[in-house]
Parts: sequence; structure tokens; C-alpha cells
Amino acid sequence: MADSSWLERFPQMSRADLTVIRKSLDGAYRNFSREYGEAIESFFEPLLQFLVWFEKLLITTPWWLVLIVCAGLVYAASRSWKLVIGSVVSLLLVGYFGMWEDMMRTMSIITVCTMLAIALGIPIGIVMARSNRTQAIITPMLDVMQTLPAFVYLIPVVMLLGIGKIPGVIAVVIYGIPPVIRLTNLGIRLVDKEVLEAATAYGASTTQRLFGVQIPLAMPTIMAGINQTIMMALSMVVIASMIGVKGLGQPVLKSITNQYFTLGLLNGLAIVALAIIFDRVSQAYAKRTQAHLQGFKHD
Amino acid sequence: MTEPLIKIQGLYKLFGENPKQVMPRVKAGESKDKILAETGHTLGLKDINLEIQQGEIYVIMGLSGSGKSTLIRHFNRLIDPTEGVISIEGTDVMKLSSKELQDFRRHKMSMVFQRFGLMPHRSVIENVAYGLTVQGVPKEQRLAKAQEWLDTVGLNGYEQQYPSQLSGGQQQRVGLARALSTDAEILLMDEAFSALDPLIRSEMQDQLIELQETLHKTIIFITHDLDEALRIGDKIAILKDGEVVQQGTPDDILLNPATDYVEAFVKDVNRARALTVETVMRPPARRITADTIGEALQQMKKIKGDYAYHVTEDGYQGIVTQDSLEQASKANADEQFETCEYQDVPTISPDAAIESVITDSLASDFSLPVVDDDGNLKGELTRKSVAEVFAEPEESEVDADSNKEALVSK
Ligand SMILES: Nc1ncnc2c1ncn2[C@@H]1O[C@H](COP(=O)(O)OP(=O)(O)OP(=O)(O)O)[C@@H](O)[C@H]1O
Ligand SMILES: [Mg+2]
Repeated sequence: MADSSWLERFPQMSRADLTVIRKSLDGAYRNFSREYGEAIESFFEPLLQFLVWFEKLLITTPWWLVLIVCAGLVYAASRSWKLVIGSVVSLLLVGYFGMWEDMMRTMSIITVCTMLAIALGIPIGIVMARSNRTQAIITPMLDVMQTLPAFVYLIPVVMLLGIGKIPGVIAVVIYGIPPVIRLTNLGIRLVDKEVLEAATAYGASTTQRLFGVQIPLAMPTIMAGINQTIMMALSMVVIASMIGVKGLGQPVLKSITNQYFTLGLLNGLAIVALAIIFDRVSQAYAKRTQAHLQGFKHD
Repeated sequence: MTEPLIKIQGLYKLFGENPKQVMPRVKAGESKDKILAETGHTLGLKDINLEIQQGEIYVIMGLSGSGKSTLIRHFNRLIDPTEGVISIEGTDVMKLSSKELQDFRRHKMSMVFQRFGLMPHRSVIENVAYGLTVQGVPKEQRLAKAQEWLDTVGLNGYEQQYPSQLSGGQQQRVGLARALSTDAEILLMDEAFSALDPLIRSEMQDQLIELQETLHKTIIFITHDLDEALRIGDKIAILKDGEVVQQGTPDDILLNPATDYVEAFVKDVNRARALTVETVMRPPARRITADTIGEALQQMKKIKGDYAYHVTEDGYQGIVTQDSLEQASKANADEQFETCEYQDVPTISPDAAIESVITDSLASDFSLPVVDDDGNLKGELTRKSVAEVFAEPEESEVDADSNKEALVSK
């Protein structure tokens, strides 16, 4: 029977209809980007300026000074000489294999992206913890951000802003921000109800409760979120290099297309080294500031 | 009677999505279980009316789930009622703006929590000073004050520790010091001692009673333990399924339990420890007031029994027996009493617990004289009334038992 053909073939939309939808959506978006592209670009202008400035700063500063500053930061955060020495040695090795400049570029963009993710993510997490309704709205959005392949949301970003640092930053932040938001929310929700009640009973205002009780008690969880965010940002380095973000990612990309095994491996290892440094240092910092949980004393 | 400090009238609390709509069912007297099954709302409190006087320890007690925590959280509005009036010093707490409520919580009331509610990220001294920190008291001042209270509760030297480094009893002392350091006149204590082991617990009870003697705060104390309630309470209210089933003084509740539910509670109590001599003593019927032995013998003959308490203007003197009077009057009936005429019997104070006078009472051939601090004879404690304390409260045994089983299975 002719009528039952839908049993054999999937009853799909007619090609013409699909084309119409595609065309109208694409057209609408193109119009949108033509209309607002410039405005949006100028909105991101300060960020771009900062990115450029920061990258230049890292590259033009003599390598030994950068190394000293890094060592100082690692020590300040972790108070561990072992970590300081480990970090300095791995940075020296990366530089020795000729990847110093690329590493500085990657470091600058990762630093900026993490800062942005934290600055946006923690407040969003706080808002999310305030009401179940916001949580119900934000959670599926985070799920989409984490599962949607990066290329898919790169398309509209590139259409809007072209190729360059800003789209790269946006892509990295979108991919990396969910853990901070999720874990800030979770951390605040897990704060002991009776402790919070005690604060209220003694007349603490909303702000006093937030900064005096909720955030400090959620801090270990929030730190875990920040740590994951850094890791996810680093894992985006190669993908971001496809839309023109310079750094350790580009040589990897080049190695894939040209089959340069060693080059790819070296740059890959450099990214791993950065990741390990960031990870260990942020974890050591978190642990040190949460001394009361282990029952140790502050000094 | 003076105006009560805290007055609660017609307080109802329904937990659920739409309490206002379900209220008519509550008012119609439907049971908690039925309301929960049919509407999904939990009846927390039902028609609570309380009056709490300034300076008293008011104990609210009931089994788990009876609504104690819910009730105490209404005093400082950690929970808002569905209906009813809560007025404190004549102010309707429900009418306070959020700013006024904050102020009210800062200065009028403080609270001690069952699981302590200490802040794990603050040191002990910072925890004690928390109420003052919230008020914005300068650091030096608040630490000095906190130190004072920390010393009072006996935690000198623990200032810089973190709560997790202290034992349960010590943590609750921190909780108590925190509550006292704001100088609030009302103290809310939600099962403050329930998480502690029995020894520490009675130590803390003693400390609270001792503190109260100098502080004269108004304390609302929650417990599920009648022994504790009787020990520290001036007044006791008993909650069941969100309703007050009886309120009164400890003796009232022990001697006249209003319902089977209260009765089941009372059965388990060590009555000898909870009741004082005053509550069971008899008025002193056999007393003689004569000056000389002859007169005394005359008075004695009018009295039933063969001994009497000798009382003068200076108060109670001692016990004399008819035999000894007769012996003495043969010698000289006009002679004054002499101490040798008295029997060797200890006196007891009206405030003593029955438990503490049992041995004396059993060892003596006479009813013990009850004499107050000023030396006046207040009554006599017969061996029979001591024995009655240990007897089961009269009531059909079966009823009380089945009622108790119902309580346990809940
Ligand atoms: N937030 C809430 N939502 C719904 N029901 C609640 C809520 N809080 C308490 N209830 C219900 O109110 C009743 C009384 O609870 P409450 O915590 O006051 O009991 P309690 O007497 O303090 O018991 P416990 O001795 O175990 O602390 C219980 O049936 C409980 O299920
Ligand atoms: Mg409770």
C-alpha cells in the first residue's frame, strides 16, 4: 500500500521545508550579527586589550623574572618547597625545548579565562543556591554547555566575532565554567542547616550569613570546582587554537595535519606540565586554608 | 500575677504547599495523620497557648516529633506560624519588619542548639563572640567579653582551638557561652543537653541552675527527658502531636497527670528524686506548746498517739514521748522541759528530695519533723507517705501500659 510507506522509511520533513527553516535561521542570525556585531565587539574591546597587554607582558618580561615570580606565587599559595622546585624545573624544561613563548601565551589565556570563569561562576552559583527555581533553570543550561561539542557553539561565536582571541576566550569560558557554578551551588546548599540557623538566630543579615558562614563553609567544595575549571580550560587549548588562539595548542594542531609526532608530543607534554602545576598548587592552597577541617591549627 | 514576658496565643503551624487552605480541616479537629494522608500537609503545632513569666525556666517536653523544635523556633521566628500571636514584652513579633526582627534577634534572645550549631571555621573564642560580631561590637571589646564567658563556663585555655577539637560537652559549653555573651534576657535552648552523655549532662544541668541563680534570665528549655524537665523546670508544658496536653509546675505534673500520655511519662520517673518533702508531708497535727512537763502531759493526752512535737515561740524544739513525760512528771510536774527529755530524731528540710530522707525515715520510730530554715515546724513526714511515693500511681494498669506501647511504636 502506498500509504504505509512511512513504515519503511522514516517519515521526515520535506527537503524544501528544511531548507526554508535553515535559510531563515541562518539569515536571521547573519542579520543579527551584521546589526549588532560591532556593538558586541566593542563590548569585548577592553577584555581584548587586557588579553593583549597581559600576553605581551609575559612574553617581554625576561624569562628569569617570570620564573622568579611564578616560584614566588607557587610558594605563597602552597608553602611547599617541593612544589616550588617541581614547578621551576618543569617550566625550565619546557623553555629548554623551545616552547617558552608558546607557554607564556597559553598561560596568559588560561589565567584570564579562569579568572573570568571564577568571577562569573561564583556569583551565578550563589544565586543558584538561593532558590530551587533558579537551580531548575540553570542546571539544564550547564548540562548543555558541558555536552554540546565545542565546535557547535564556536560557529555562532566565530560568525559574530570572527577568528581571534575573544572567541577563543568565550569558548574556553563556556566549556570551563560549569564546574565552578555547580560546585559553588552544591557547597552552599550543603552548609549545615543548624549552623546557618544559628547565624540567623543571632541576627546575622543576609550578607553576614553569606560571607561569614555560607561561603567560608562552602570553600572546600568551591575550590574543587575552581580546580576542575582550570583543568577543563587547559583541555580546551587545542580546540581554541583552531579559531586563532596562539599558544601551545597551535603546534599540536599543526602536528595533526602534518603528522609531526615529536612536535605534537612535546607540546602535549608541556600542556600536561602546566596542568599539573596549576592543579597541585590550587589544591595545596585549598588544603592550607582549610586547616580547621583537619583539626590543625592556623598559624 | 504580673504580666507575662512571653505570651503565645492560638498558635498553629502547618507545613506544606498551601497551609491556609488546609487550616479549616485542622480547626474542624481532623487528626494529624488524616490531614497528612489526605492533603500532604504536616500538622506541626495546634492551638498553642502559653504564658511565660520573667525569670522562670519554662520547660517544653514531648516525644520525638511532637513539635518541640518547631515551637521553640517560633519564639525568634526561625519559623513563621500559619496563624496565631506571639508577643514578647507586649510587642507582637509577627508585626516586626525584617530589620526590626534582626535587631530583636541580636539583643532580646539567644539560642543554644541540640547539635551545637558552632561554626567550624571559627576558633572557640570567635564562636563565643559571634553574636557580638554580628552586632558590630569592636574586636577588642567583644573578645574581652567572650573571654569572660568562656572562663565562666570553664573553658579557659581553649580560646584558639577549633570546635572540632573539643569534646561534645565542651562544644556545648561553647554554645552556652555564645548564648550568654550577648546578654540577651531570653535564652532558648533546644534539647541543649540531649546529645551529651548522662554524667556530663547532669553536670551541665547543675551549671545552668547555678548560672540562673545569678543571671535570672527567662529560659525556654526543650527536652524529651522528664527527669531533666523536673530537675530544672519551674514550669513544664507537655506537647503531644503538636498540642499542649498539660502545663503546670513539676509537682502538679507528677502528682496529677492530666492524661494517659502524661501518665505514661510520669511512670518512668524516679519520683523519689523528683518530689520534695514539702509535696508529700502532712500538716503537723501532734504538737504541744506547753512550758512545763505537767502541762505538756495534759496536752499530750488529748493527742492521738504517744508522741508529739514540742514547739515554742522560738520554733521547733524536739520530739517528746508520752512515756518520758510521765516518768518526768512523777519527779516534778512543774519543772521546765529539758533537752534530755527529747528523742534523738533528725529534722528534715521541706526542700529536700524524698530520696535523700528515705534512710532517716525508715530508721526512725517517729514521723520525721519537717523544719524550715527559720526553725519553724512545717509538717511531718510519715513513713506511709514515703511509701506512697514509690507506689504506682493509681490508675488501671492495663490502660497505662497499652498507651505506653502506642507511644513507643510511634
Ligand atoms: N520543615 C518541615 N517541613 C515539613 N514538616 C516538618 C518540618 N519541620 C518539622 N516538620 C514536622 O513537624 C513535626 C514536629 O517536628 P519537630 O522537629 O518540631 O519535632 P521535635 O519535637 O523537635 O522532635 P525531636 O525530639 O526529634 O527533635 C514532625 O512531624 C515533622 O515531620
Ligand atoms: Mg527537635
